[in-house]
Order: sequence, then structure tokens, then C-alpha cells
Amino acid sequence: MDLSFTPEETAFREEVRTFFRTEIPAYIRAKVSEGRPLARQDYVTSQRILNTKGWAVPHWPLEHGGQPWTPIQRYIFTEELMQAAVPLPLQFNCYMIGPVIAAFGSSEQKRRFLPRIANLDDWWCQGFSEPGAGSDLASLKTRAVRDGDEYIVDGQKTWTTLGQYADWIFCLVRTDPDAKKQAGISFLLIDMKSPGITVRPIITIDGRHEVNEIFFDAVRVPVENLVGEENRGWDYAKFLLANERTGIARIGLSKERIARIKRLARTTSAGQGCMWDDMDFRSRVASVEIDLKALEITQMRVVAAQAKRSDGKPDPASSILKIRGSELQQATTELLLELAGPNALIGAASGDLRNDLNAEFDWVDAAAPTYFNTRKVSIYGGSNEIQHNVIAKAILGL
Amino acid sequence: MDFDLSSEQSLLKETVDRWVADTYGTLAQIEASRKAPLGFSEAAWLQLADLGLLALPFSEADGGFGGGPTETLVAMEALGRGLVPEPYFASVVLGGAAIRLAASSDQRQRLIPSLIDGSLRLAFAHGERQARYDLADVATTARGIDGGFVLEGQKSVVLNADTAGMLVVSARTAGGQRDRAGISLFLVPTDASGVSLHSYGTHDGGRAADITLSGVHVPQDALLGTEDEAFAVISRIIAGAIAALSAEAVGIMEALNALTVDYLKTRKQFGVPIGTFQVLQHRAVDMLVALEQARSMELYAAMMAEAEDPVARDLAMSAAKVQINRSARFVAQQAVQLHGGIGMTMEYLGAHYFRRLTMIEMMFGDTPHHLRVVADAGGLA
Repeated sequence: MDLSFTPEETAFREEVRTFFRTEIPAYIRAKVSEGRPLARQDYVTSQRILNTKGWAVPHWPLEHGGQPWTPIQRYIFTEELMQAAVPLPLQFNCYMIGPVIAAFGSSEQKRRFLPRIANLDDWWCQGFSEPGAGSDLASLKTRAVRDGDEYIVDGQKTWTTLGQYADWIFCLVRTDPDAKKQAGISFLLIDMKSPGITVRPIITIDGRHEVNEIFFDAVRVPVENLVGEENRGWDYAKFLLANERTGIARIGLSKERIARIKRLARTTSAGQGCMWDDMDFRSRVASVEIDLKALEITQMRVVAAQAKRSDGKPDPASSILKIRGSELQQATTELLLELAGPNALIGAASGDLRNDLNAEFDWVDAAAPTYFNTRKVSIYGGSNEIQHNVIAKAILGL
Repeated sequence: MDFDLSSEQSLLKETVDRWVADTYGTLAQIEASRKAPLGFSEAAWLQLADLGLLALPFSEADGGFGGGPTETLVAMEALGRGLVPEPYFASVVLGGAAIRLAASSDQRQRLIPSLIDGSLRLAFAHGERQARYDLADVATTARGIDGGFVLEGQKSVVLNADTAGMLVVSARTAGGQRDRAGISLFLVPTDASGVSLHSYGTHDGGRAADITLSGVHVPQDALLGTEDEAFAVISRIIAGAIAALSAEAVGIMEALNALTVDYLKTRKQFGVPIGTFQVLQHRAVDMLVALEQARSMELYAAMMAEAEDPVARDLAMSAAKVQINRSARFVAQQAVQLHGGIGMTMEYLGAHYFRRLTMIEMMFGDTPHHLRVVADAGGLA
């Protein structure tokens, strides 16, 4: 038993750490760290720097640009990326549709899409959830009817994150209305410029435009944009969701935020001294750090177990990571909110007010929105209650 | 990074798991030993000697097994699962560490063979009533006299003192009551003149004693380690103790969770197994999450228990104990709740696990204590 990294792994960590901190522009990393929204171009800039280095999609198959890394190296890479406040390579591209096309797509789809996905030449969004299909995803109603060489798609998708930037959407659609739930679903790739698509912004609880509703009104999709076989889409979706769940603990992100909270607490005045002198606050920070340490080791245990498994199937223990990881992300944002104190009320500071806020306070207006926004993490990616169901069934046999 | 046991460690695990299952697989077996005159089974103690478990922490040069924190982890998980009444923790983990870390080669030659063969047991007489969890708070004194020392003072909650042949006593040879410098360790025969024990049962079915030392004369060679400099040794003993208790707690939580999940599958109400109710399923999942988080910190504690840097080591042990305590409390409470009435009875094994987990929580630092240590240090990173 040995919980330390090998010298090679330590050297690897230094390499990626240095790269992230020297090659990814500081203004982008500052936005991530401060919880401010990124512009479309920020994501593109960051991902193309990674892609040029060969690091945008290290977990993909080698022939499509992946790296021959061990699961432990991948873990180190992602943790260091988050701790350096580098934007994660666009999830929808790199962790969702890319692996699906690589695994199930036609050779034409692979040739056409994969390089553009990795380089963020095409921005993808996810068309899974519907107003009536959330946790019960398989009850989705958006339908695709075959008409010659095309499908005609009608319906509605929702919670489409960053759909306002998207060039393409990957959708689960019902192609066999008579089959039982999961059996009649297909996986379609749809050009967002197609006539009949309408994108309506949804302003979320943090006051920002992050998600959208997407309406499909007789949208024509060429049959060559079907992934795999018709009515097998649920299998591909399960594959995708399992990919989504690994690494969802975002431990590096929480550690980065805790480190920032500790820095800010030293410059945030309170009484005769600063917030860091407040032993009650400090104790709550320590409490979250201990939970994070435990989760970090739990994650390493899952990674080490994965490295030994040959089937590549996701470990149901990753549901534990999702539950605790999301809870701890939320806990860090609560600490941030408490650190801001009454200044948490300050809405988006701009112009003169932003200039007036001295360096000590220039972060406070983003504290509450970060807290608001982070409530989503126990909902998305399979809500924490669904994760409980998964563990109860798969691990406890209840 | 490797979380697997070596083949030797796996063999050790098989051995101790099998012994525990055979010897303490039922509550009746556990209670029979508790009711024996010593509060445990002398025969079982000698079996532990035969299995080599009493030799675990001692170096091979001293005739021991040469085990480290991982070997102790393996043993303690199993002993926890069996609620094994024999004083393994008191004598081998605490007392053994004092010998291993501080004894001169003469003292090792004199003591270790009888510790390994089971004929001598140790008790670690360090805690005092006013000290709570402050390891440096030692009011007991040892005054140097010609050819030795005279000890005066009181020690409290000394685990398994009444069945130990020898006490490892901490006493102040210099400095003020809470100074880290000026503490020394002494080997004191339990039957020495001036040693009086007030023994009692503990709430986990074990035994402990409060001890009064009144004009206890010991010779010069009773000094264990360097005079005035025992604090570093005591800290190392306690680090190992926290790692061992963490493993014991994980062994218990694992068994308690299994017991609970089994109950959910078999207990029927409203015509169905109660494990079909989602609210109970989710509670059982939360118990599993608590167990896995505890297991991670158990491994962390084992890895850090003998770290070179005492500051990093003690910070890690505090973090580990916080997690173990929290998980232990949650798992124990939920296990009783999910069992309903039967969980409240001494007829049920689960209730005994509950009591032991609670006592583990209160030993060597409760949650507020260790959280304060981590906060004082400025956190973990």
C-alpha cells in the first residue's frame, strides 16, 4: 500500500502544472477562479492552446488524438487543470459527443467531426433533457420521423448549457413510438443552423444566461447524422452519462476555491483583524478541507481500481464521488458567501463602482452568483437522489 | 499509488479474519470472554500470541514480525469487527509502541520476549483527569533520588491496567504542568509498592483503571527513553494509536453497515422488506458514503502515522480522527435508527458496535478537539 505518486508521476504533475500556469492566459484563469462568466472566445482560446499541445482530449482513443496516459496520469492532469483554474475543455465536445462518436460513430462521422470537436472548431451542446424528461430521461418525447434520406424532428429540449454558442447539438430522439421507453430512442447529430430550430434563453438563478430551451419545428436532419444504429441511442446515452460521472467530483476545483478563500480571508477585514482570525470561520474552512482530503483519497482509490480493471466500465463507486463532490463544491461556495458577508449584496459591479471597490473587495459581487449557480451541481449529471438509487441498487443490492 | 495489500499482508489478513470469525463470530462468544475473571479470555490471548499477532509491531531483530501501520491496520479492522475483548490495543498498540520507540536494547531484551509470548501485558498510563486531550498536560511527577526515581500523581482511564503486569507511566521530571519539555516515561510494575488501582468496566465492554502513584520507587533503569524528552515519543505513540483506532472503527462500521443492509432485506413491515422503501435505501447509501470516506482517512492515517515530519504527521492524524469520528457517529446512529427497537437492545450485536464506536470517538481527541487543531494550523494545505 502506497498513497504517494511515483517519481515519474510527480514529474508529470510538474510538467502539466507549469504548462497550465504559463501557457493559458492569466485573464482567463482569473475569470474561472473568481467565478465570472467566460466569453465564448475564452473557451476557444484555452482549448486550442491545449489542443495544440495534444492535451484537449487526452482520454480519447490514441488514433483520434488521445494520449497513452495511465488513469493516474489522467487524474493528475484533470486535478492540476482545475487547481490552475484553467477552463475544462468543453465538456460537451471532449467528454460527451467526442467519445460517443469515437466509439459508435461511422468512419465518415469520425473523420468529419472528431478533429473539429477537439479543436473547438465546432461547439457542441447536449439535447437530452426535456420539460417532461429530467431524471426519467427515457420518457423523452422529441420525435424523429424518417422521410427518405432525412429525419424530420419535432419537439423541445431544455437545460441546454451554452446552447447559445453552439454550432451542433447531439440529441436523443424517439424514432419508434411503439417500442418500450428506452428501446425506441436514437442518437442524432443536428446542425444548429438548420431551419426550424429556435433557441430561447433561460436566465438561471444567478441572473446569468447559461442554459436554453431549444425548439425543433419540422427540422430536417440527413440520415447520415444518425450515430450507430436506429433505436440503439439509449445505449450510447448510457455510455456518455457514465463518462460524465467520472471526474464529476471536481475536487481540484473545490481545492482551488478553498485556497482562494484562505487568501481572501487574510485581506478581508473583520473586527480588529481579518476574517482569518475568526476561529469559527477558520474551523469551518478546516472542516471542508478534511472532507475534501477524504474525498481526494476516495477518488484515488476509484482511479487505482479503474487502472486495474480491464473492462473499462464505470465503477458504481463513482456515484459516491458525485454525491460528496457536489456537496463539497456547494460547501465551498457557502464559505465564499459568508466571507463576503454584507458585501455579498453588491450586484454586478461595473463602471465607477467597480473602480471604487478596492483590491480588497473586487471579488465580492461574484460571491453570491457563484453560490447561486453551484446549486446546480447536485442536480445535473444524474441528481444526487438518482445517485443514491444507483448505489442502493448496484452496491447494496437493495 | 497502490491500495493493494502485499501478499504477506493478505496472508496476515486471512489469518486474523479467520481467527476472529471462529473465536468471536457471535455476540455470545464475545460476552462469554467479557464475563471471564480478567474481562477477556486468557486462552484467546495466548492464541493471539500463537498467531504472531502480539509480535506484530516489534522488529525482526527483536524477535518480532516487523509490521508497520499497514499490518496494524489489517489486524485492527478484524479485531474491531469481532469486538475482540483481549487487550490488543492497550498492550500491543499503545504499550508495544512505547517499548518499540523508546526502550534501550537491555530493556527490549528483557521485555519483548515475554510480550511476544503473551506472558507480559502492558498498559499505557499517560492520561490524567485534568488533561483531557492535551498530550503535554502531565502533573504526575518523578523526582530523581539516589539510584532511581520516586513517582507521585494520578493517572486516569488507563486501558486494561488491572490485567497488565507492567505500566508505562508518563511523569514530569522538569518544567511546568503543560510544558512539552520535561516529561519522561517509566516502566512501573503494576504490583509495585505505592501503586493503587481503581478498576472499572468501560462502556464498550472493556476495562480501565484510575491509578494513584504514591511514593512509588523505581530504579534508574526503569526510565524508558531519554529523560525530559518523552513528549516526542508520546506523540508518536498516539499517532499510531489514532491510526489503529481508525482501522478498528472502519472494521466496525463495515460490519455494522452489513448488518444493517441485511436487516433491511429481511425485516418485513406492511408486507414487504423495509429495504424497498426509498427513504431507508438512501439512508443506507449515506452510511456507505460515510464508511468510504472513513476508509480513505484510515488509509491516510496509516500512511502518515510514521511520517518523519511530526507537524505534518500530527495534522494528518487530526484530520483523520475528525473524519473517523464523524463517520462513526453517523453510521452508529443510523444503524440503530434503521434497526428500530431491536437496535436499542443489548441482545443485539449492533448495539455493542454502537457503544464501541462512541468510545472510539471519545478517545485520543474528539471531533471539536481535532478540528481545532487543524484550524489552528491554518488548515490542511
